[in-house]
Amino acid sequence: MNEPSVVPRRTRPEPSFAGTPPFPEAARTSLANEQLRVNLGRATSTIRTKRASAVAERSDWEALRLAGAAIKDEVLRDLPALLEQLERAVTAAGGTVHWARDAAEANAIVAGIASEAGAREVVKVKSMATQEIELNEALRLEGIDVWETDLAEMIVQLGHDLPSHILVPAIHRNRTEIRDIFRDEMGLVGRPAPDGLTDDPRELAEAARLHLREKFLRARVAVSGANFAVAETGTIVVLESEGNGRMCLTLPEVLVTVMGIEKLVPTWRDLEVFLQLLPRSSTAERMNPYTSMWTGVTPGDGPGAFHLILLDNGRTDVLADTTGRQALRCIRCSACLNVCPVYERTGGQAYGSVYPGPIGAILTPQLRGIAKGPVDKQTASLPYASSLCGACFEVCPVRIDIPEVLVHLRGQVVRQSEATHRLPTPEAIAMRSAAWTLRSPRRLGLAERVAGLAGRLFGRRGRLRRMPGPGPVAGWFGSRDLKAPARESFRAWWRRTDGGRGPDA
Amino acid sequence: MRIALFITCYNDLLFPEVGRAMVRLLRRLGHDVEFPAEQTCCGQMHFNSGYQDACIPLVSRFVEAFDGFDVIVTPSGSCASMVRRYHPLVAGLAAERGDVALPGRVAAVAPRVLELSEFLVDVLGVTDVGARFPHAVAFHPTCHSTRLLGVGDRPTRLLAAVEGLTLVDLPRSESCCGFGGTFAVKNADTSVAMGLDKVDDVLASGAEVLAAGDTSCLMHIGGLLSRRRSPVRVMHLAEILAAAGEA
Repeated sequence: MNEPSVVPRRTRPEPSFAGTPPFPEAARTSLANEQLRVNLGRATSTIRTKRASAVAERSDWEALRLAGAAIKDEVLRDLPALLEQLERAVTAAGGTVHWARDAAEANAIVAGIASEAGAREVVKVKSMATQEIELNEALRLEGIDVWETDLAEMIVQLGHDLPSHILVPAIHRNRTEIRDIFRDEMGLVGRPAPDGLTDDPRELAEAARLHLREKFLRARVAVSGANFAVAETGTIVVLESEGNGRMCLTLPEVLVTVMGIEKLVPTWRDLEVFLQLLPRSSTAERMNPYTSMWTGVTPGDGPGAFHLILLDNGRTDVLADTTGRQALRCIRCSACLNVCPVYERTGGQAYGSVYPGPIGAILTPQLRGIAKGPVDKQTASLPYASSLCGACFEVCPVRIDIPEVLVHLRGQVVRQSEATHRLPTPEAIAMRSAAWTLRSPRRLGLAERVAGLAGRLFGRRGRLRRMPGPGPVAGWFGSRDLKAPARESFRAWWRRTDGGRGPDA
Repeated sequence: MRIALFITCYNDLLFPEVGRAMVRLLRRLGHDVEFPAEQTCCGQMHFNSGYQDACIPLVSRFVEAFDGFDVIVTPSGSCASMVRRYHPLVAGLAAERGDVALPGRVAAVAPRVLELSEFLVDVLGVTDVGARFPHAVAFHPTCHSTRLLGVGDRPTRLLAAVEGLTLVDLPRSESCCGFGGTFAVKNADTSVAMGLDKVDDVLASGAEVLAAGDTSCLMHIGGLLSRRRSPVRVMHLAEILAAAGEA
């Protein structure tokens, strides 16, 4: 038996998405990783099929989606009043409510609570909000260890890795890689993996169970996120699969929940809709194994102190954008990731954010303030990380029209680029001159004649293998030919032959 | 019924044979078709790339060119979806900038724009168009025609009725081919990765011809096939439906 050790210190800085290159470049690196492509392709196609059958069981799925969207829209419309209602209810039930404008404020509040409780470590329930604010690193700098207890989140943390999926952050890893991480890393931060550990899923789960049990029993403070908060009663709701979250939510003396302000639902009746939408969309289950709900504190049962941190961190700016605000309906199910043909190839880390995939491509730029002013190149590349195929919108349980928001955000990127560059970019010049040509049928006809001539000069058997000269479309030709422009455009043919009726048809 | 052909700018320039096939097909079915020469482009490339303001004159030109027609038929699910779904948005933008008449003009014209298979099946009520095409054909349901327009099985019903044609199953057909307009050059590596998976599926299907209702996607898939020197041809739905056995 391994004795419970003194609390090991985490000394390495937590990995961060800061420094991720713009999407096309990050994607190129991911695409070159064959193992990643295989792991992701297998995982996403499995969950995709399972989700489709879980959803097909419900004849009222579309009505549920509409209801989910309507409830969330109502929340966004009445947000200030509902948040105050929540605050009153939580306070009345013995909890403490904190308001955090940004990541720094939220992190400082958590650190303050942990320090006051005399804790040198906290256990964590899987939570996107705390990933977003990089709480783990903030607490590490305060000398407080943070232990992720969600299995996949723990794999990411032990592997000094970054998450690549909202629900399954270690989706890019296969079980052999996980075995190696457990074997090499568990002993450095607590109970080591059993000797002779294989990559059998049951053995891996048992190793995780033993490693985590030590931490659950020792921790005095737990940190969680929230899937939902019911404004009328102040009840917080967390859905999970493993029961590790339940351990964190019930065993420690102090519980801190960090929640984005959009996670509200007005009433318990509204919750019913989401408890049907979320599991089917996310894990393809009719019902998730563990749903924990708590309202403030209950003496003698569970944590004696409960703190709720209401996190803005850019959300009110998103709310101000009438097209973009629908992204705040998101319930973090990750169905859009699983069906996305881009995500399937590049994986989540290429998006350079804890929110990857289609929802990340619209949420991250907005949370980073794209509506307020110019954003960095990586952020500006995200709205373009989509072929606009629309598969995401089709599966979204709260009907976020992701393609519509992507295109809307591209407009913001272009306007900001035009406002900040003294000279127009090559792309802007190409786009503006194309628009000028297309405004007039005469100019278009002329351009078609020139293109047809170029096609004849440079084409071979009707194909172009590369672009004559440099240009913004050079990327086309790496692996593709291009059909050469026709000798005679349709427009010219119609005129010459009187629409095919003339003698030359 | 006055029928206008909206050829779309890239079919005009790159695939004029698709337009000629449309004309041949519709005349064979007993309908004359007009080509309003004032037409240019639906503005999708600009709209989807973030140059929404540049679309306003294109949308304005579109309603001018097609005003007064009963039906505007087009060989592109993607451009049809741009007109029906997004021209009203562009018109709203124009109204904010003072062109308050555009939304009304768009509302009158945009709903009359139909993709070829919608026009044949819903308006003309035909699935057997009298074509003959003795080849194994796989059909790629393009994303915009499927998810934005909802053309459903109309194209495959039309193909299934073609004499001599064997419709083969395309695995993972609902998967995007990776074209995506400027996505194909802005994210060329990802676009090609998606396209190569599509090419694998096309080759696995055993098809001699890959058909679709959008030449934009076919240009991308065809470009990958051509670079691989594959004998599989890409053809627009209209070309197959217009064929009388000579192809």
